[in-house]
Amino acid sequence: MKFLHRSFRRLLNFTTRRRADERLREEMEWHIAALTEENILAGMTPRDASRHARLKFGSVETIRENYRAEEGLPSLETLLFDVRYAFRSLRKSPTFTIVALVTLALSIGANVVVFGVLNAVLLHPLPVSEPQNLYQLRHKQWMTGRLLTTSYPAFEDLQRRNTTFSGMAAINAYVHGDMSWRNTVMSASGDEVTSNYFDLLGVQPQAGQLFHPKDKLRPDAATYVVLSDQLWQNRFHGDRDIVGSTVEINKQSFTVIGIAPAQFHGTEKFSFPDFWIPMRNEQQAEESAHLQGRRSALVTVIGRLKPGMTSQQATDDLNTIEAQLAKEYPETDDGQPLRLIHPGLIGDEGDVIRGFLYSVTFLGLLVLVAACANLATLFAARTADRSRELALRVALGSSRQRLMRQLLTEAMLVSLMGGAVGLVSAHLLLEVLNRSSSFAGTLTVSMDAQVYLAGVALTLGSAFLFGMIPAWQASRNSPLQMMKGAPAGSKYLRRFALRDLLLGAQIAICTLLVMASFVAARAMARALHIPLGFQPRGAVLVHLDLSAEKEKAVVQAALNIPGITAAGSVNRTPMTGGLHGVPVFRPGAKDFKLSNSALAPYVFTMSPGYLSAAGTRLLSGRDVSWQDNTKTPFVAIVNQTFAQKMWGETSAIGQHFLVSGHLTEVVGVAENGKYHDMQETPQPVAYLPMLQAESDEVIFVVRSKLAPNEIEAQLERSLSGEERNVPITVQRWDDALATERFPARAATVALGILGLLAAALAVTGIFGMAAYNVSRRMNELGIRVALGARKMQVMSTAVGRPMMLLGVGSSLGMLAGVFASRLLGQIVYRANPRDPAVVGCTILTMMLLGAAASAIPARRALSVDPSKLMRQE
Amino acid sequence: MKQKKDVQQGTLALMLLKTLELLGPLHGYGIARRIEQISGGLLSVNQGTLYPVLLRLENEGAISSDWGPSENNRRARFYRLTPAGQKLLNAEKRDWEQTAAIIARFFEVKAEDLA
Repeated sequence: MKFLHRSFRRLLNFTTRRRADERLREEMEWHIAALTEENILAGMTPRDASRHARLKFGSVETIRENYRAEEGLPSLETLLFDVRYAFRSLRKSPTFTIVALVTLALSIGANVVVFGVLNAVLLHPLPVSEPQNLYQLRHKQWMTGRLLTTSYPAFEDLQRRNTTFSGMAAINAYVHGDMSWRNTVMSASGDEVTSNYFDLLGVQPQAGQLFHPKDKLRPDAATYVVLSDQLWQNRFHGDRDIVGSTVEINKQSFTVIGIAPAQFHGTEKFSFPDFWIPMRNEQQAEESAHLQGRRSALVTVIGRLKPGMTSQQATDDLNTIEAQLAKEYPETDDGQPLRLIHPGLIGDEGDVIRGFLYSVTFLGLLVLVAACANLATLFAARTADRSRELALRVALGSSRQRLMRQLLTEAMLVSLMGGAVGLVSAHLLLEVLNRSSSFAGTLTVSMDAQVYLAGVALTLGSAFLFGMIPAWQASRNSPLQMMKGAPAGSKYLRRFALRDLLLGAQIAICTLLVMASFVAARAMARALHIPLGFQPRGAVLVHLDLSAEKEKAVVQAALNIPGITAAGSVNRTPMTGGLHGVPVFRPGAKDFKLSNSALAPYVFTMSPGYLSAAGTRLLSGRDVSWQDNTKTPFVAIVNQTFAQKMWGETSAIGQHFLVSGHLTEVVGVAENGKYHDMQETPQPVAYLPMLQAESDEVIFVVRSKLAPNEIEAQLERSLSGEERNVPITVQRWDDALATERFPARAATVALGILGLLAAALAVTGIFGMAAYNVSRRMNELGIRVALGARKMQVMSTAVGRPMMLLGVGSSLGMLAGVFASRLLGQIVYRANPRDPAVVGCTILTMMLLGAAASAIPARRALSVDPSKLMRQE
Repeated sequence: MKQKKDVQQGTLALMLLKTLELLGPLHGYGIARRIEQISGGLLSVNQGTLYPVLLRLENEGAISSDWGPSENNRRARFYRLTPAGQKLLNAEKRDWEQTAAIIARFFEVKAEDLA
């Protein structure tokens, strides 16, 4: 208490310093005057009286000093002095300061950005109540899409029979559509959710209300819609009166009953729904009852564990139910075991994302360590250059501790300024990234307190890392030694050993990072050249809200437009998710249990011409035609994998198989491709003609050299009659695939930036050391040249040591890179640091960096003019 | 000439507090004179050294100070004991007496007392 009181007063005094000084002066003057008066009264002469008074009072200066020590905060004051001094001395060497600042700002900024993303993606829990016991049900095998769990009836069975969950909700996140309100049409995508969804997640509305299970009883419950805050703000301008009014989604009327809170974005972090509608609305929105079928997995299931239940107990419980279901519905339920994961990161992609982010964070920290090693070298060199000054200060009575503190203050100052610049630039960069749509989907990476704290911690940590070394070095030297200028031999060597170590470590880290960025670039190049089985370049996707009967008219209208070379439609383009295997059987099969199925290929329904519009090659046989309808024999085109798995080497054309109960003849074989994601193994696929199969959605693929908006205009013109006012959206196929390529691109960009930073650090490190080396040894070099040393010898004296370190450091870094292939594998799919191209590029880069960095110092060493130098001394 | 004693560390504050308790609000000069007077001129203290001690006690909240007119009508800083200071003084006094009593017993003890 007493201590607190005193400290507080001291702080107060510190700020009101001048007034307190004045007070002491006045008190002392008066005191001495009083003493003098007393002495005069005792009979002294005024001169003696004054002298005795002063003697009795004591040394004014000492008292004032004690008084001040008592009064203010001495440590704060010295700190202030140190800071002022550090500022002065930094201003005296602007190049050094700028290099140090830029190095720090870049590496701290990069780390803050990386940590910001990590924080937003991994550390922030979902904004729902008790996110830790919220789980998503996943199948053991990773085959039926990224999010989908099971069919809707199976969900109802799980929900009814389980004993371990306090609640279970289903989500169908694939509701895209046009939302119209007061004559404006906007495209929006939302989640179709069971009515207990909001209660399960514990979400409260910010306006109006949300839907609940008890609403089912109301007649209009099926037309409820809850809007997301984002949609509400952007499209409805945050107007509260919207609650209660009617909007149309895909031409169906819905009543807006409430607005979700601003921070709630559903259970996925990378795609935010614009609205939520009750699950039973599917019939209304899309006019088909496919929710009722057990055949297709259409819903994502989330559940909240009962208190005290472990996820293992719940998994066992669910798997018992799954086994029961497989017995009860052998034709549709395969009894695949289930497991539980936390929702938020696109299902199992979470593992990949986590691995990626942690690895990039690790590499980012390595950059910072390299930067610190760089700065430590710079600071050590600077301290060595200032040794005379430091020695003088020690000789004048400055304590070692004080000296160390001074040097640390300087490091801290540089670090704080660099950190501040880094934080600000990270902030700006994140703002730009947030605005670009391809970055992390709809997730916004904001700088919250945690991110700032991390930035400050990194700043202070690095200040200690690079400030301690020179301070420690300076404190060990004796002033006498330092005054003599060049340190004695043994010490000289040892100091250089430390600096060598720092530079070597730095080069090793930089090599590792440069290598990592080459690995990523290689993987990116490979990802771009993976045969997709279709050619997105030069094709556009056309979304048209039309009933199925009009497809033929649209395809033919498109084909009539000059400049369009091919057109077709398909129920779903590859790599848009939502795929699941459909069981097919050999001809003659009687028992349609799943376990009897011959194959479970992905099935696409398409119009004639789709394959050529998509750029998928037909290897043999014919395309489907408009004549293939329910009145003619059922036909299909299969891909190579399908043909190979079913009939081996025998030609597939003319063979038969059973799908959806129809005996189907293979009329063509198409090339293999990628259907769900880039990483999948070759999957069997069957293409069925549109007129012989049901399809719920349709997308037109048009191949043309025309620009998308031209196609849109042409198509609009060529469509006649009732299709005229249907909204058309046209998108380049490449753009539609951007999200699929995002991971590879993100990895390349992230590692590319880290690699560039590392390369810059390596250059400044080598340059700094070589330049310092040359400038310190100018005299020696001059004498050597005068004595007739050859150019090579001079060169090797000047830059030999940095070059040797470059060699050793890069070899170590590359070795580390080869052993760190697991780490790199987390960042890019199938990373191979042993790839000769990667190794070659790394070696070449490091050599070029070394040459570039040592060119100037080497030239300076070669141009030494001994006569000039001699005169200078 | 009598040998004057240096002030022991920490005792100056105690004397100062006691003086203020005894005589009420005083200025620095007054306190110095009183201490000299009470100690019978046996203490050698540079009167200026009072001021850092006064400031410390003030920072601790044991005394408070204010400007006021002195006897010769000049502005002087008057120090007064606060309730906290009174408590501090009492505690210190007890401590001091205890210490003095213990030391006294050591001085008075004779060999035969311990037999």
